Amino acid sequence: MDYNFQPKMIGIICNWCCYGGADLCGVSRFQYPPHIRLIRVMCSARVDLLHIVRAFTNGIDGVFVGGCHLCDCHYVTNGNFNAFSMVQVGRKIMERIGLYPERLRLEWVSAGEGIRFANFMNEYSAEITKLGPLGKAEGMDDTTLAFKLEAVQKLIPYIKLVLTQRLHVPVRTEEAYQAFFTSDEFDRLFEELIADKMAISLITSLLREKSLSTGEIAETLGLSPSEVTRHIIGSSRQGLIRYDVNTKSYALS
Amino acid sequence: MNKEDIGDVVVIGGGISGIQAALDLATTGYKVYLVEKAPTIGGKMAQLDKTFPTNDCSMCIESPKFIECDRHPNIEILTYTEVDGVEGEAGDFTVTLKKKPRYIIEDKCTGCTVCSEYCPVPIPDPFNQNLASNKAIHIYFSQAVPLVPYIDENCLFLKDKKCSICVGVCKNHAIDLHQKAEKRVIKVGAIVLAPGYEVFDPGLRGDYGYGKYANVVTSLDFERLLCATGPFEGEIRRPSDNQHPHKIAWIHCVGSRQHIPGGNSYCSSVCCTYIQKQVILAKDHDADTRATIFHNDIRSYGKDFERFYERAENLPGVEFIRSYVTVGKEIPETKNITIKYATPDEGVKEEEFDLVVLGIGMNPPVDATSLATTFGIELDSRGFCKTNPVNPIETTRRGIFISGAFYAPIDIPESVMAASGANALTGELLRSRRGTLSKARVYPEERDVSEEEVKVGVFACHCGANIGRVVDIPSLVDYSRTLDGVAHAEEGLFICSTDAAQQIANTIREKGLNRVVVAACTPRTHEPLFRDTLREGGINQYFFDMANIREHCSWVHSKQKEEATKKAKDIVRMSVARSVNLEPLQEFNLPVNKTGLVVGGGVAGMTSALSLANQGFEVHLLEKESALGGMALRIPTTLEGVNVPEYLRELIRKVYQHPLIYVSHDATITDVSGYVGNFVTTVKSEGRIKKIKHGAAILATGAGEYKPTEYLYGTTDKVVTSVELGEQIAWKEKRLTEAKNLVMIQCVGCRQEDRNYCSRVCCSHSVKNALKIKEINPKLDIYILFRDMRTYGFSEDYYREAAGKDVKFIRYEPDDKPRVEALTEGGKEVLRVSVPDPILGKRLAIDADLVALAAAVIPSAGSHEVARLFKVPLNPDGFFQEAHVKLRPVDFAAEGVFLCGTAHYPKHISETISQAYGAAGRAATLLSQDTVTASGSVCEVKETDCISCGACISVCSYGAIEFHETPKGKKASVNSILCKGDGLCNAVCPTAAISLKHYTDEELLCQIDAATDG
Repeated sequence: MDYNFQPKMIGIICNWCCYGGADLCGVSRFQYPPHIRLIRVMCSARVDLLHIVRAFTNGIDGVFVGGCHLCDCHYVTNGNFNAFSMVQVGRKIMERIGLYPERLRLEWVSAGEGIRFANFMNEYSAEITKLGPLGKAEGMDDTTLAFKLEAVQKLIPYIKLVLTQRLHVPVRTEEAYQAFFTSDEFDRLFEELIADKMAISLITSLLREKSLSTGEIAETLGLSPSEVTRHIIGSSRQGLIRYDVNTKSYALS
Repeated sequence: MNKEDIGDVVVIGGGISGIQAALDLATTGYKVYLVEKAPTIGGKMAQLDKTFPTNDCSMCIESPKFIECDRHPNIEILTYTEVDGVEGEAGDFTVTLKKKPRYIIEDKCTGCTVCSEYCPVPIPDPFNQNLASNKAIHIYFSQAVPLVPYIDENCLFLKDKKCSICVGVCKNHAIDLHQKAEKRVIKVGAIVLAPGYEVFDPGLRGDYGYGKYANVVTSLDFERLLCATGPFEGEIRRPSDNQHPHKIAWIHCVGSRQHIPGGNSYCSSVCCTYIQKQVILAKDHDADTRATIFHNDIRSYGKDFERFYERAENLPGVEFIRSYVTVGKEIPETKNITIKYATPDEGVKEEEFDLVVLGIGMNPPVDATSLATTFGIELDSRGFCKTNPVNPIETTRRGIFISGAFYAPIDIPESVMAASGANALTGELLRSRRGTLSKARVYPEERDVSEEEVKVGVFACHCGANIGRVVDIPSLVDYSRTLDGVAHAEEGLFICSTDAAQQIANTIREKGLNRVVVAACTPRTHEPLFRDTLREGGINQYFFDMANIREHCSWVHSKQKEEATKKAKDIVRMSVARSVNLEPLQEFNLPVNKTGLVVGGGVAGMTSALSLANQGFEVHLLEKESALGGMALRIPTTLEGVNVPEYLRELIRKVYQHPLIYVSHDATITDVSGYVGNFVTTVKSEGRIKKIKHGAAILATGAGEYKPTEYLYGTTDKVVTSVELGEQIAWKEKRLTEAKNLVMIQCVGCRQEDRNYCSRVCCSHSVKNALKIKEINPKLDIYILFRDMRTYGFSEDYYREAAGKDVKFIRYEPDDKPRVEALTEGGKEVLRVSVPDPILGKRLAIDADLVALAAAVIPSAGSHEVARLFKVPLNPDGFFQEAHVKLRPVDFAAEGVFLCGTAHYPKHISETISQAYGAAGRAATLLSQDTVTASGSVCEVKETDCISCGACISVCSYGAIEFHETPKGKKASVNSILCKGDGLCNAVCPTAAISLKHYTDEELLCQIDAATDG
């Protein structure tokens, strides 16, 4: 572990609760490490997957989304539930592309909880410091990291549709959301709706550089050869990918 | 009479209470004269370093209000002015003012301070408690309003006509050494007295060697020593040798709770907590400081005070010692002071300290007697203003109201509540004149900058030493100049001061800036002020961004100066990047529904409702029970002897009879929608459902009494709560008149881990019950088992009276609480209370006929639901969380919603009434407006990108988005009035067709990018 590692972290936090909590933390002079840079939005619901992906693309080691406690949202939209869903999916995606999902955190802090903000900052900074630098810590080189994140970024419009139309939790309670996002049903939907798309997006991104064999693709993307084959068959049918007999490898059509 | 001499209200006293009263009155639509005898407004609060229990910088939170007053078109500030005479009656007063000569022509002075530089006469600086020196001509303090100097009587010209250097160096010819006092006569309809208080002067009797020993200072002196604008720029140095003291003693109750000549019998209410604040701050200045606090009862009775006390107590090197003390001697060589105090184990000890701070109390204003004569009002026996026992804002003369500490020693929030309350009462009196003399604010025309290249101005604030001590501001400014788009960067000691803000407006014009970044504190408090500054500077107010380098940087990384400076640079870089991308936005006006809604029909709710109605507004009053009255129905009398049932009957009658008040009983709120000025609340009441449209809401849902599980409560009828005891006393129950022993146990269910607050009212309640029961059973032995007797303020006198009537007060420690046992001895049932007696040193056993538990005051069951419906926060204890503990005590952060009464925190009936008027006064500032301005930060749709998926429409619970038909099919469109600017739709839109203005992807992404590109 690199003991001199100073993590780069950003927090995108809502004006009414978390920002207020961060202010109160300051007013109370609770101390925390100087790694975080905070960005103010009006509601945690405004935080877009795009912002998170962009931050990681820029080499940020940890991204934190902060909002009001569930059901205490300043807005009648209770938009922090949407932030909750978005972060759950975001973490799952990170896991899938080989990044530590702990890098993306969601935390509820009310404007009266200065101490909670400080405790969280201390704990989270320690965690990210322990994890180490983005990509390196995961054993991923910069190029791979960049192209993986790029592939995810391209899928964001699609993921948003999935989030609103297929991953919608009808009851806005913490229990219902927790239950759904830890259920097999969510895992299944994620696999079916997002993971596959992402794998194909990654494969096509990879093949844009050069032609590769199934084994090479599997190794680069950390997938099993059978999964790669499944995606390639599907993509070949759609005419996205073709098999190059001479090089015994796959290439973009 | 000149038009400018005719107004609506004169406010006497320009401290925080007078300022708030003036602002509320002026906003409600009255023309206000704000008269202050000092050379500037600000009062005592301006002298404080920080305010408890949040340790907010006092000047930082107060000075924006100076600017607000200064800029308010309906306020005329008259400083260095006193009142000579008052004639007439309510509705038609003639007030004669005397403006003392400050020897400056205010219109000509620019506040440049060249005169002070050249002035050869040093004088002790009154603002710094004479601990530093200033010049005979000087500006009172750097944020002064008006920012104009005055000349002290020590001026050589005024004394012997010897020197007039200042006249020569003043380029604007603003100095007139021959100025004379000026008389001015004004006409007003009402008067608000806010003369504040005087601090107790320990010099008169030489208490604890004050005045004789250099290193004995008062707590107000110490505030200045702590302060960045103080005599040593925020370094704590002691007077004798300017060295840093390492061992500091604080002595409580100096001048307070004393029954000897020259002392005050009452408790000054604020000292316990301000001493804890000073201890925390002293430790913050120097972690090695050893602090010893010699105290009597610790009276942490206010909101969050108990936790604050714990925080101070748990700091290393801090020792709280419960003992009376005497000062021993001054050590001649070191000028150290010795203090003698009693210890439980080792007898009397004498200990040496580097510095001794006296916790001085509050006196009535020095000129209280002459004020009383001039204004024709009465004072009480202590020299404070005599008020109506059920309305602490009313004096004995109709049309004259009081605000602030002139009626009793009170803290800042209570002074602010009373100020807003004075607005409500004035509004009742002058209802028909509202708006007749008021004027609207006029801003310069907004410059169109669309064709200009981006020119960002960065203004970095030292905030005294709050930021500057940690973050290297000059280096931050240098760095800012290197950033793309930055055309100007400068630093300032207090950017929020009137002159600095004015200077920014000037710089915007002079340098042609079209974006402004202020690197200072939090936008949550200061963004409105600086947006206003941009408007003054002639550019769109949305071209502003605030880089929070205080709450999010200097205060939380105070030991890591280098990293904090680096972080501050990052924050500014992100802010500049954002500002470059900002767009000008237009705000629009929404009509205000001039109806009020009050939730809760107890004393608080009824008082607010009645006041709003008396000011001419329609009010809907909702009560969850079938009758009005609330908790007060169970309180027969107050400590001061008010007959509560009688008072309540009268109040309820007035409410029912008022033509503008509509009462709903058995009411439950099922839904709240809308926003400031235009709420719709759905109420189920007596089997009917109605939708009430209203512009403002006051939440007064009250509190209840904790049902104890301790001390055998519920298992025997011999154990009751304080409230139950009070009722039984009123009924003169036989078992009380026949009882021999009564034990009261204080702090039941609070001041403990799960309910870590003091219920504030219980100590006085128990004293009241003891005194009342003595009236019907004088032979009864009463024991009050307490932790700290918190009979703050004037209640102290009743505590003493009870002690004088042989009520026995026995203190217990929380780790060795009293025990109550039901025993059978000799065939008789005995209720035995045992408690360690610290004086006798053994466990005392009392066989009680009755045990009364001072049970905690807890938030009412419904407050959580009401908070959820109105989207307002609760604090960890379940009480309503106001927008700002000190300066916005009856506002919620959510606009248009106000609070009062015990739902905010436990309080006495008179305090509740004062706060209820405060809430009515604040609500009136809104309901008196025809329109409110809605934010320009709303969503908009780029139709070409809209794919008609409807995701935005389905998530917007405000119903602000609808489809409309276009030649290219259905497209989403936003109703800006309904849009609240949360931006959820923006995040769910797959094509980024809908975006939230001021928080667009472009604006946020450039901030994210800037976080790493430094």
